Amino acid sequence: MSVIPVQSLKRIIPCLLMGTSGLVKTRKFDKPKYLGDAVNTIRIFNDKQADEIILLDIIAGRERTPIRFNIVEEIVSQAFMPLCYGGGITSFDEVRRLLRMGVEKIALCTAALENPGLISEAANACGNQAVVGVVEVSRKGMFGRQEASLHGGRKKSGLSPVDAARRMVEAGAGEIMINHAERDGEMEGYDIELVKSICDAVNVPVIACGGCGSLDHIKALFATTAVSAAAAGSLFVFHGPHRAVLINYPQPHVLTGIASR
Amino acid sequence: MTVVVDYDLGNVGSVLNMLKKAGLQARLSGDPEVIRSATRLFLPGVGSFDTGMANLNRLGIRPALEEAVLERKVPILGICLGFQLLTKSSEEGVQPGLGWLDAETVALRNLSGIPDLRVPHMGWSRAFPRNPSLFAGLEDDARFYFVHTFAVKEETCRDTVLATTEYGGRFVSSAGKGHIAGTQFHPEKSHRYGLTLLQNFVANFPCP
Repeated sequence: MSVIPVQSLKRIIPCLLMGTSGLVKTRKFDKPKYLGDAVNTIRIFNDKQADEIILLDIIAGRERTPIRFNIVEEIVSQAFMPLCYGGGITSFDEVRRLLRMGVEKIALCTAALENPGLISEAANACGNQAVVGVVEVSRKGMFGRQEASLHGGRKKSGLSPVDAARRMVEAGAGEIMINHAERDGEMEGYDIELVKSICDAVNVPVIACGGCGSLDHIKALFATTAVSAAAAGSLFVFHGPHRAVLINYPQPHVLTGIASR
Repeated sequence: MTVVVDYDLGNVGSVLNMLKKAGLQARLSGDPEVIRSATRLFLPGVGSFDTGMANLNRLGIRPALEEAVLERKVPILGICLGFQLLTKSSEEGVQPGLGWLDAETVALRNLSGIPDLRVPHMGWSRAFPRNPSLFAGLEDDARFYFVHTFAVKEETCRDTVLATTEYGGRFVSSAGKGHIAGTQFHPEKSHRYGLTLLQNFVANFPCP
């Protein structure tokens, strides 16, 4: 992929997970730790002028329970930055309802692989920029190959992450989010090789998520790959080695230093 | 009454939220009668050009908009697709646009001459103001949130370019003529920068 002279700031995105009540943070898609109230958390990120927010309902996504529209709407009303919602979306009516209430983008993972027609339908009606294909990356066995998974890592798709990303873009996704189950919450850095391979395979913006533990990890990601955005959970909700809950986000001048472009 | 035009396309919730934060009483409506009697209009929009034009026509909104904007000179701000619909045409579709701005919308990849440009252009970019009407009081580092694959080409714009932005190439990120203006970016999702811009629109584009 050629280096393209563009003038867009790379985005740094808090990725927040909705648990049974309130926000949680997981490790390897498991062991949810309670963080606090979602609306309050969004208000803090709002005050800190976060670039964007990704909100994933891990209950709806895994248990196939209904989307909690009332909570999402309350959260969206406090978000003066773009918000992407994912989790449990199965129909076009749900997509429309989410976008109308002020969600900018909807993220599809399970539905994107089981029902690619939903991506196409949503992209045709709402524009492909509103549809994010989420490639969940899991591994078969300890040394097995990486594979795209569904249902929050509970089911394997048989597709490589690169093939899953390609399929989603062909169906109409305007953005790809890599959600790395193995690295989730580990704070040891992004999977740079995987991110590179997916950036090379598609020509829509790519968001990397999974493994971020420091701003240096984001710098390394931006320096070595063509990603458009770095998403992180733990980094923006924890402080210190004992993972005390502290909602944080870099100051604008720090951000510009990392994300220029 | 400030009216956010509901033509069944777009993130109307976000626009209403930000207008509320800006202290502006606004009503969401797709009713031609309400639009006809508006004193200020917002035309948001997320979606495709032809669907946008088709909806404006199908829902009977277009004649109401024309009466308000062209005859009564009600100020209007088009946002994103709403901005592109104000132009004469778009490479995204075959339908003519409203044509209230003498400009054309083209594909970012064509505009930049970079066939593999990563689109949509999605994220925060600077807008370089040419005219203070919408950008007064904004710091030099003001940034706005963009999500688009098509853009207004500078060379085609015979009305006032209010700001330009670069992504692959330079495009018109805001343009206007008299009481008609538009932004390619989303002020409703651009934190305090967008808030200031909306307040400028209210202050500098007075109701008739």
